[in-house]
Amino acid sequence: MTVEIGHFALILALTLALVQTVVPFVGARRGDPALMGVGAAAAMAQFVFVAVAFAALARAHLTSDFSVVNVAENSHSALPAIYKFSGVWGNHEGSMLLWVLILSAFGALAAAFGRGLPARLGADALAAQGLIGAAFLAFILFTSNPFERLWPAPFEGGDLNPVLQDPGLAIHPPLLYLGYVGFSIVFSFAAAALIEGRVDAAWARFARPFALVAWCFLTLGVAMGSYWAYYTLGWGGFWFWDPVENASLMPWLAGTAFIHSAAVTEKRDALKVWTIFLAIVAFSFSLIGAFLVRSGVLTSVHAFASDPRRGVFILAILAFFIAGSLALFAWRAPPLKQGGLFAPISREGALALNNLLLTSACATVLFGTLYPLALEQISGEKITVGAPFFNATAGLLMLAACFFTPFGFSLAWKRGDLLGVAQRLAAAIAGGFVVLVALIAVFRGGPVLAPIAAGLAAFVMLGALSEVVARVWRRGVSFAAARARGLPLSFWGGAAAHFGVGVTLLGLAGVGFGAETIATMKVGEAQKVGPYTVVLETVGARNGPNYRDAVAAMTIRSGGEFVAAIEPARRQFSARETTTTQAGIATLDFGQVYVSIGDPAADGAVPARLYWKPLATLIWLGACVMALGGLLSLADRRLRFGAPARAKAPAAAAGAGARPQ
Amino acid sequence: MKPLRALLTAAFVLAAAAAGAVQPDEVTKDPALEARARALSAELRCMVCQNQSIDDSDAPLARDIRLLIRERIAEGETNRAVRAYLVSRYGDFILLKPPFKPETLLLWLCAPLTLMLGALAIVLARRRAPKTTPALTDEEQKRLAEIAGDDAKR
Repeated sequence: MTVEIGHFALILALTLALVQTVVPFVGARRGDPALMGVGAAAAMAQFVFVAVAFAALARAHLTSDFSVVNVAENSHSALPAIYKFSGVWGNHEGSMLLWVLILSAFGALAAAFGRGLPARLGADALAAQGLIGAAFLAFILFTSNPFERLWPAPFEGGDLNPVLQDPGLAIHPPLLYLGYVGFSIVFSFAAAALIEGRVDAAWARFARPFALVAWCFLTLGVAMGSYWAYYTLGWGGFWFWDPVENASLMPWLAGTAFIHSAAVTEKRDALKVWTIFLAIVAFSFSLIGAFLVRSGVLTSVHAFASDPRRGVFILAILAFFIAGSLALFAWRAPPLKQGGLFAPISREGALALNNLLLTSACATVLFGTLYPLALEQISGEKITVGAPFFNATAGLLMLAACFFTPFGFSLAWKRGDLLGVAQRLAAAIAGGFVVLVALIAVFRGGPVLAPIAAGLAAFVMLGALSEVVARVWRRGVSFAAARARGLPLSFWGGAAAHFGVGVTLLGLAGVGFGAETIATMKVGEAQKVGPYTVVLETVGARNGPNYRDAVAAMTIRSGGEFVAAIEPARRQFSARETTTTQAGIATLDFGQVYVSIGDPAADGAVPARLYWKPLATLIWLGACVMALGGLLSLADRRLRFGAPARAKAPAAAAGAGARPQ
Repeated sequence: MKPLRALLTAAFVLAAAAAGAVQPDEVTKDPALEARARALSAELRCMVCQNQSIDDSDAPLARDIRLLIRERIAEGETNRAVRAYLVSRYGDFILLKPPFKPETLLLWLCAPLTLMLGALAIVLARRRAPKTTPALTDEEQKRLAEIAGDDAKR
């Protein structure tokens, strides 16, 4: 019964989304505040009904109601509860429902916090958001209904894919979707601004917090996905330039570009048209990602052709929103007044360069991802575009963007002084060179690219720090604490995010200094990997709730001393008769010893691959630092909705306390 | 959107549950030859997998090609010859880095072209933009005077 309630709730949500699209839009055209006000109520109600639908599906999964096709195909009564729950979105239908849940949640959020918006802008933005919601709700109801019943109900489900039975599934998709879908609000704001024909600093101030929220989640989501792949796939790789990964990287690149260019629009009223364009592009890439992953076009063009219903529907959504928004852009953007002049050497100029590099990288990733599909369609020729291509093109562009980061962060608005900035960054530049030269000297004949990346990483991190020091120390030590408090949070956010870029880069550089040992190990045998020795102690078996592990207990030693114990395993799932690899990972300082094993032989010998990955954790810690930077910027009072109106009281209470710049 | 990726991965794990990427019994004795073989494997696609190099792959076909590479290298063939042989058998599809040829021209030129076109667009936009800030209108002058008080009139 609850399943049917969920189904009806979803239909009601679609109806509400249509109301949310039409009524506020008409209201805005007629200048009728009552009609415009309907948007906020509809957005919130839509969220409530989608949440009811989601709860209904979650209940069906948690209670293992196998009379629902979705549950019967993707769940099993012996699954631990957490995987029963995360299994809700571990399949196509459920993940689309999660997508719509987050979409409507953002709509409700915009409705709740958008009271300070100009009425027409808010109404149009909610109408645009409603249209996106309606499109995806229709997609679910017409092509991917998660509430379909099955009769007679089977006694047991087909089980959740073993690879997905991992905490990663509980965390990664929600984070990623929060990122993807968060950009929908920015998109809707851009559409509304185009309809209004007005883009100004106030608009950027409204749009930027949503972009920051989306960006933070997307950063964490991409990093989490990378770490999940790293520990679960069993050969220690963390980024494969897989089309599905590219689908998440592209909105991240476009979103990063948007945050930077929106800063220019907000502070200097410049780059307006470009910022609007990026707002459209960022969400378009989210849609392209949804299409690539959900239509099955990646697996094979033929799989897409054999069941084209979903693919064609998503393609239609994609084409409508991207073409529609670009047409709106082409029609309404040219008359937008450009303001805020700046010299080429200035913060604005550097941000324009950042945008150029990031969007070029983004375009390259898009091209590389789609090119094989297009070429096969046109000439029938099959080619592969893999990691070596992306590293040499998009990777290089991103490294270039990293290189310019400290310069941009230190340059003044409007007209900068490059020589002065170079002097300010002298310590950082020197630091980067020292790291580079030292690494080349120590690892003579070793990796080539890794020392360069490490030097660049040191430069980026020191660059962020030296800007902090320059701002705080301006009037000597005695004023430092007061000045540090006085700097706006968005400055600290920027510093942290840029520092995080350096941290990630350092982690990537560390990979180049890793070591790998491949060996068949007998019990009691020791193998060297990097600075450590790994000893195979015992081989045994262990039963889990719905699987059986063949475990190799190993100890890691350094100079004979015990350092850590790991238990890499082969995990056999009975329901689907599948085996997965459970890597044994020990984090030592910032590096990791990573061991994955094959099936133990009858005589107890275990084929094992042992890796030493110095600084590997920094790759993902850096992403966390970046997200923290985004969070700090978000907490900046100047970016909060309605903050200007409410600011007076706290400011008065604080008396002569330190004021933001 | 990782689930699908994981699903795809699962599909081949299923097909080759007993195998694992580079196996201990495959490793060549000579470390220099082994390093060459590894570098070469990293550039070659496992053709039955989703976007994986044969160096990373568990599939039996990938193992066969890894062994074939080691055999040929041990016989004294150059990397280039081994690659050419594999391309003659499997086509360009096996190369993770597509070769530079007419069909892939657009692909390889995408990055430099977007960079150049973008730079050009920025230059043109700057040229089109007015060189100086437009003068304030009378109304704006009046408001400025109101805000700034007497100082602005001097």
